[in-house]
Amino acid sequence: MLTTKTFLRKTKRGNILKIVREHYLRDDIWCGSSLCKNCSLKEKDKVLDKEVISNVSSVFSFPHYLVLDTNVVLHQIDVLEEDVLENVIILQTVLEEVKHRSSPVYRRLKDIIENPNRKFYIFVNEHHKDTYVERKPGETANDRNDRAIRVATSWYATHLSGSQPKAKNKHVSMVLLTDDADNCQKAKAEGLIASTVYDYVKSLQDAPTLLDKLSKKDGVFEGGSKEPLFPLHLSPKEIQDGLKAGKLHQGTFLASRENFLEGSVNVEGFEKFILVQGHAGLNRAVDGDTVALELLPESDWVAPSDIVLEDSEDDPGDILDEEVKMEKEKAKAKKVEREPTGRVVGIIRRKWRQYCGILLPSQDKNSVRHLFVPAERKIPKIRIETRQAEKLKSQRIIVAIDAWPRTSRYPLGHFVRALGNVGDKDTENEVLLLEHDVPHSKFSDQVLSFLPKLPWIITEEDYAKRVDLRGLTICSVDPVGCTDIDDALHCRELENGNYEVGVHIADVSHFIRPGNALDKEAALRATTVYLVDKRIDMVPELLSSNLCSLRGNVERFAFSCIWEITKNAEIVNTKFHKSVICSKAALTYGEAQAKIDDKNLNDDVAKSLRGLNSLAKILKKRRIENGALVLASPEIRFQVDSETHDPIEVVAKKMLETNSMVEEFMLLANISVAEKIFQEFPDCAMLRRHPQPPPSNFDPLIKAGNLQGFEINVESGKQLAESLDLALKPENPYFNTMLRIMATRCMMQAVYFASGMLQKEEFAHYGLACPIYTHFTSPIRRYADIIVHRLLAACIGADSTYADLLDKRKSHSLCHNLNYRNRMAQYAGRASVNLHTHLFFRNRVQDEQGYVLYVRKNALQVLIPKYGLEGTLYLAPPKGQVAKVNFTYNEEEQSQSYGSIKFRVFDPVTVQLSLDRTNVQHEKLMLLLVKPEIPDFSVPSQAAADEAMDVDQVKDTAAPSQPPSKRQRKSK
Amino acid sequence: MELLSDQGLRLDGRRPEELRNIRCKLGVFSQADGSAYLEQGNTKVLATVYGPHQPRGQSRNKAPHDQVFVNCQYSMAVFSTGERKRRPRGDRKSQEMSIHLRQALVAAIRTELYPRSQLDIFVEVLQADGGNYCACVNAATLALVDAGVGMREYAVACSASLANGEVALVDVSHLEESSGGSNLTVATLPVSGQVALMEMSQRFHSDHLPKVLERAIEGCKDIHQILDGAVRKHVEETGRASGWGQVDRAGIAL
Repeated sequence: MLTTKTFLRKTKRGNILKIVREHYLRDDIWCGSSLCKNCSLKEKDKVLDKEVISNVSSVFSFPHYLVLDTNVVLHQIDVLEEDVLENVIILQTVLEEVKHRSSPVYRRLKDIIENPNRKFYIFVNEHHKDTYVERKPGETANDRNDRAIRVATSWYATHLSGSQPKAKNKHVSMVLLTDDADNCQKAKAEGLIASTVYDYVKSLQDAPTLLDKLSKKDGVFEGGSKEPLFPLHLSPKEIQDGLKAGKLHQGTFLASRENFLEGSVNVEGFEKFILVQGHAGLNRAVDGDTVALELLPESDWVAPSDIVLEDSEDDPGDILDEEVKMEKEKAKAKKVEREPTGRVVGIIRRKWRQYCGILLPSQDKNSVRHLFVPAERKIPKIRIETRQAEKLKSQRIIVAIDAWPRTSRYPLGHFVRALGNVGDKDTENEVLLLEHDVPHSKFSDQVLSFLPKLPWIITEEDYAKRVDLRGLTICSVDPVGCTDIDDALHCRELENGNYEVGVHIADVSHFIRPGNALDKEAALRATTVYLVDKRIDMVPELLSSNLCSLRGNVERFAFSCIWEITKNAEIVNTKFHKSVICSKAALTYGEAQAKIDDKNLNDDVAKSLRGLNSLAKILKKRRIENGALVLASPEIRFQVDSETHDPIEVVAKKMLETNSMVEEFMLLANISVAEKIFQEFPDCAMLRRHPQPPPSNFDPLIKAGNLQGFEINVESGKQLAESLDLALKPENPYFNTMLRIMATRCMMQAVYFASGMLQKEEFAHYGLACPIYTHFTSPIRRYADIIVHRLLAACIGADSTYADLLDKRKSHSLCHNLNYRNRMAQYAGRASVNLHTHLFFRNRVQDEQGYVLYVRKNALQVLIPKYGLEGTLYLAPPKGQVAKVNFTYNEEEQSQSYGSIKFRVFDPVTVQLSLDRTNVQHEKLMLLLVKPEIPDFSVPSQAAADEAMDVDQVKDTAAPSQPPSKRQRKSK
Repeated sequence: MELLSDQGLRLDGRRPEELRNIRCKLGVFSQADGSAYLEQGNTKVLATVYGPHQPRGQSRNKAPHDQVFVNCQYSMAVFSTGERKRRPRGDRKSQEMSIHLRQALVAAIRTELYPRSQLDIFVEVLQADGGNYCACVNAATLALVDAGVGMREYAVACSASLANGEVALVDVSHLEESSGGSNLTVATLPVSGQVALMEMSQRFHSDHLPKVLERAIEGCKDIHQILDGAVRKHVEETGRASGWGQVDRAGIAL
């Protein structure tokens, strides 16, 4: 049953190689249709219907199966995801090409195929003896594939015609959908039924909604100037040649958050990012794209502009502007600050995804062309065509980019789906989860099927396998309202005067067995994501809040790490075992602190806590002496209304002694475990490292320090820690904290990695100043910890290994996902805080004390410690208005001055906070200066404003930087 | 690279348990005492056997007094791979292959029948496309049969690998070999089920090893069938020329 067919392939690998591969053609590949009488199909392989509803389409009003061309799958995946299209045949030729060209589309296509209701069948035409097509001499690969698709389509037609009646209305025909005009024409010439997607979709009953989702790849929207606005992109061949010759460079384009006409390209081999500026320089690159870059001659290099520039709010049509402003900047830039500058000459790979955002209200009500504003500021606006604008204008929607032709100022896209009303908290949460790629759907039934059956009881067998620690006085200390308690502690004095200290971690790996659906889901999610009012669990709630959670006075499985420690906090020995514990008390940080402080309390828990606390202090001191950094980032907590979940009050997170006590022992456990698993599995231990940042990262910190007269030494972590400790200003108590915030921003991200992938010297954790580190203590909310638990269990013989655990490449790619998800979770958390800050300020205007964090050319970045937020205080008026007050910017000194008033970095200011809702769609927090007072620029303080409301209003209309609408709202 | 598609087909269109096409021919040289040519897909191998004869040269000292001294040489033609090979024989890899070859063949040959004598087995890979060692063992077995050397049974080798971490693939091609996964090569005496040699390119996890090994041994048994068929056909053909084994119309042996 095998027929061989060898074919030749030539590849270039420096020199020309001839590769000969076998290609087997088979006679046991079936057509997948229930009406076929010739194929010996199994029941489960009968994917395509016998009876096809015939009246779906008005043009093709006979029963038919669809065959898709590659370009249809690639560009119209959004339409395919709709439930309308059924009985579709995906050829292997198409599948392979899609996989090769775009992996996200491939993944989505696979999801559709796996859904049995959609009736998508994969036909392996490349290995079928009758449908295999050999490439003719002179034929391009593309043409050959097109021919293969046509051959397979006609094979289906003849194959099926034998098994069914001839009558037209009963006879199932094949319809080939293709957007390639040439292919369509040839197919028709060969007697096949072919159509473009547009024509087909238009003829469907649900056409209107589907039409919006059609990609506009080829059709440039009518109207607009036909003059090209952008330079031509180089062809792939020219790019390849240029890269090889060293004339061009390849890199990832990163758009600037603050200036939409500026970005940088991260090119390997260059120390600094390469700057690109202006419409022509960016040349249609979108954030994340891999681009080909040409470096400009050094005489054309410029400095990154200091201005904050936002794209205009209205639809300017296809004209470019704003360049003028930038041009002027260039001339002024000093030689020293010039950075390597380049321009994008071609796109190697687009990294377009779907974007959340809103429609810009259009002047013309009946127009179908609209502008879409993405929530992510780095992404340009997108022009889309929709007939549902009236319905969508108040909603958050998702849009995909299709193309960016030279003649269009904005990329062209199409509508994908609506999320819900703007301003709804649920919608906004959904937006930020989608924007940060956080998997947040409900756990599937398959995943839930791997949960333990309730009621869950501990059996004798379990007791036999584990060490019984139920007698120990173990307690947990966590923040208020914590339900996923994954760590508990105990401490007792031994007879020899030493302490026995135990850290007990929830034994999640007992419940999540490697390789099952639950494990895979957890690995995908990688981490629990904490939003202000919501928690997106990594594992189902039954585990996270019940069976794994080490709640008070219930028996739970734990993984214990037990040390014998001397009074001077020297470790004598370390033991690890799986155990059964019974926590005596689940305390909050505050309660634990109270127990420690209450001198009259002398029960076991209090004694245990005091022992832990005293040891923790020694450990912390020693760690800091070793050069561990104490960094700061403004952290706040919202007090949320229990009914509406709206934020009612903001409080800064408090740090108690007990916080640091728990932290110290978690660090100790992590380090002990890291050493153990690395010793046992030098190749595949999952560890965490924090690389030392390159010295250039610290430049802003050193500069800021110098301006205030402090020397910041960044040679090593220890020296940095010491110089930060010394930088104190009695008149500005917040100065030191701000320096630490700045230092935090100079740091690199800490990452997970498999120990076999790096040299041992690179394992070090810079921030904690320890040579080896991992995460062991939070398996309920971090997947890395589950892996570490499994490794440790294998070390002590409590569990067996499995293949993927010991495969360093698999671990490596797992680490990759964990790092990505962690980063995204962090961003999502921040975005959630931001969102709630906006909600918080919706109905209030408030004066707050802030500090200047950075001085920019036309603005000040102000940090408001109370809310932990950073805002931009614009010094220059918005475009089109004349400034009454002109500030002088001193780059050398990093200051802005007007008359006798001078703003420098770290200077305290009082600002008025309010929410600018002029643009309903894009609310932003607005800062206005209150103190120091500058006539015609600053606004009166809140107290004064309330008294003199009327006067205020009159004055406001004169003040240029005042948005009128906000004041009107307030007076209501 | 996905070694096995969702439709259950490998990169070249085979199913996991399917061997590549095997074609072989015995007695391709008249100079040698025994010879065979074997194709396993695109892997093509020529094997020749000289002897048993009197030990010559250095091996006179090496030859044991109670059994035959088996001398194996593995070599690859300079044109056998995509890029021209510099050294066709004698490099480290070929030496290792020679030793492994010897180990598998000695297990099958009845060495005690030919004391104080030497048996030379030369194997040349003409085209390499994965599973070189397996093809060499199989070709050498055929050449030994052709030479009429006494054997316990055939020595047959086959490789296997693991796709997507769960499905075992038999008879691994070069493309599959080089995709980074671990490969298992096993040489067996398929009738008795004994394993003469087993080698892995990387470690398999102990969860996977049994099923991969089983698949490889299954493959050996399949190959054995094919080789045995080829030998029978060959004997029939050569016998026909001399009239041996043929029956006249009256049913009387000629």
